[in-house]
Amino acid sequence: MPTMTMIEALRDAMDVMLGKDPNVIIFGEDVGYFGGVFRCTSGLQAKYGEERVFDTPINESAIVGLAVGMAAQGMKPCVEIQFADYVYPAYDQITQEAARIRHRSNEQFTCPLVIRMPTGGGIFGGQTHSQSPEALFTHVAGLKVVIPSTPYDAKGLLISAIEDPDPIVFLEPKRLYNGPFYGNHSGSSVGWSSHPAGNVPEGHYSIEIGKAVVRRPGTDITILAYGTMVFVAEAAVRATEIDAEIIDLRSLLPLDLEAIEASVRKTGRCLVVHEATRTSGFGAEVIAEIQQTCFWHLKAPILRVTGWDTPYPLAQEWDYFPSPERIARAITKTMEEA
Amino acid sequence: MNTAVRLNYSHPPARPDDLPDFSRIAIPEAGKYDVPPLDLKADASRHYAEGLIRIMDSESRAVGPWAERIEDVNPDQLRLGLRDMLRMRTVDKRLLNAQRQGKTSFYMQGIGEEAIGCGFQRQLQRGDMNFPTYRQQSLLVAADYPLENLMGQIYCNHADPIQGRQLPNMHSARDFGYFTISGNLGTQFVQSVGWAMACALRKCGKIAAGWIGDGATATNDFHSGMLSASVYQPPVILNVVNNQWAISTYTAVASGAGKTYATRALGYGIPALRVDGNDYLAVLAVSRWAIERARSGFGPVLIEWFTYRVAAHSTSDDPSAYRPKDEAKAWPLGDPIERLKSYLIRHGDWSEERHVQAEAEILEEVIQIQKAVEAQGTFVNPKPFSPSAFFRGVYADLPEHLRRQRQEMGY
Ligand SMILES: Cc1ncc(C[n+]2csc(CCOP(=O)(O)OP(=O)(O)O)c2C)c(N)n1
Repeated sequence: MPTMTMIEALRDAMDVMLGKDPNVIIFGEDVGYFGGVFRCTSGLQAKYGEERVFDTPINESAIVGLAVGMAAQGMKPCVEIQFADYVYPAYDQITQEAARIRHRSNEQFTCPLVIRMPTGGGIFGGQTHSQSPEALFTHVAGLKVVIPSTPYDAKGLLISAIEDPDPIVFLEPKRLYNGPFYGNHSGSSVGWSSHPAGNVPEGHYSIEIGKAVVRRPGTDITILAYGTMVFVAEAAVRATEIDAEIIDLRSLLPLDLEAIEASVRKTGRCLVVHEATRTSGFGAEVIAEIQQTCFWHLKAPILRVTGWDTPYPLAQEWDYFPSPERIARAITKTMEEA
Repeated sequence: MNTAVRLNYSHPPARPDDLPDFSRIAIPEAGKYDVPPLDLKADASRHYAEGLIRIMDSESRAVGPWAERIEDVNPDQLRLGLRDMLRMRTVDKRLLNAQRQGKTSFYMQGIGEEAIGCGFQRQLQRGDMNFPTYRQQSLLVAADYPLENLMGQIYCNHADPIQGRQLPNMHSARDFGYFTISGNLGTQFVQSVGWAMACALRKCGKIAAGWIGDGATATNDFHSGMLSASVYQPPVILNVVNNQWAISTYTAVASGAGKTYATRALGYGIPALRVDGNDYLAVLAVSRWAIERARSGFGPVLIEWFTYRVAAHSTSDDPSAYRPKDEAKAWPLGDPIERLKSYLIRHGDWSEERHVQAEAEILEEVIQIQKAVEAQGTFVNPKPFSPSAFFRGVYADLPEHLRRQRQEMGY
């Protein structure tokens, strides 16, 4: 089994789907000839031709609006928004058009499309290359929101997303593109080649959307994370003596409530970690669900460790996103409750 | 202090207490413009974009090169066009009344604009797709969409193919070339370009038509649509229905200092034509030309249909608060039904008696259908859907969280 970076795994997924289904089409800014600023689509235009993989003007609303029209006509567009920070001009097309066309037409028209976008910080991208807008999409009926954390998942989930009959916001944690990130200041990057999740099967395989995965089984506390924070949480747990269970949500909408509830009932403690700003963040949603269904199993209040409610600070990004230390402190605090 | 710098605020020439004033509108004589080749380029289209293509003159004669292009259209086809428009207007009047009687929440009429949708639709083929606005029901009527469905949508009752999920007038009829309407203005202009691109890529021989009002040309996606169409050259017809008003806002607020809406396309390298939208023959001729052009692979074209919104914007609007009461009567391009009727009568293909008879027949037909549809539920006689219906079709399959919520509601 070849080892791949997440970039390569995503490219492989698109390659597999372009080869499998003539209706699959890829477009976005710089994705054609150049292969995208993160080189995710590198080589695909050369292989499949310009009719399948092409460049668009810098107009996010058009990228998604065109995809909506194409999807309704019967194609399966998989488009790229260069950075999640630039999705806002397309917000209208995603939330009010793509998300609703099936429902408002009583299924006369459908909108199977995938909107890929690099998300999250940690690459010195400043305010406009670091945002984590997932909560803006999980609030929208009709969308699915997916965020992988490993190359293996990235490929399987992207294939599922392209095959899915509904519109999908596919968030790619750019900090994980080239290797896992353990949230330490050293800056030394670890490659996926030494990580088991860097092993990616060739050809077609898929991972069901809507299913979380246990990254580390444990009995003391449930840590719910997704994207980059899965690895930062792992680093935090390694630094404590606590037997934590780490669940990688992978799909935020639909959310795997069953997996979450089973784990929290077992451990009786829970911590939610995300990089996005705290207020009205996705953590609030998860915690509300847990307290409804698991309240009598809880031994301690549920805590959350998140980015701060400020714009993303360029020079102090290390102080902005949750560090292993902050997560470890929260774990300890939760464990100290009776 | 620099007093030379002032902002401009656009105003209509007349407000409620004034006499209607359309003196600003230049009306070229009918027959003035020639028919350009199908591969017309933007640069060569400027005079069409600034002008106004008309076929019927004030004597109800069809004149000029565009008239010659539709010489094969026979009286039966024109009588069908007249019938389409009469049906549309009758439906509008009946449903406006139904709203007044409290049978539905809301209604939007297209009075005065019937020729545009009716004429355009009759030139399309099955499989072509319109991306209409709420004021293009005429496209549906001329597609012979069952009036049961059309009215059911307005009453949100069991005859409504979309099960009461949308505001009245926001139809969806895939098999009749009518894309599901969004309440968000402008968004669908660019979607029509995407649909047309898919048609080109899948080589299915079909085309798309985007529709937008003059007011909504101010939205981002009007420009996104034109840019995309310009870049990829798909088979799309970009229609701007300029009916002079966007609710209470005069058209110049959207046009700014621009000359016509049609000329906007020229900067994008898209050829454009401006057409008398109240001249059914001109609508037929130009639609036919544009559709043939798109199907032949010559890329996008923009058409500005010049017309006047006779009725209120919607049943929630009172136009007497912002424009002269009888402004519609002063509209210099007349009424599309009256004009086609006079044309047919002049040529001995119609008569006042037949017209009266046709109106009565159509009214009877519409009343019968309306009664049958109203029996399936109105606001005053509700026959509600099960609330469980709105949980369906959010996704292809019902996800677990929605199943739980439906259960929580008790269904
Ligand atoms: C994005 C958006 N903004 C505002 C509205 C509210 N609105 C509905 S119709 C309308 C006027 C549209 O005028 P125009 O485009 O000229 O079309 P017409 O009604 O004249 O056919 C407005 C402002 C809306 N539906 N969508």
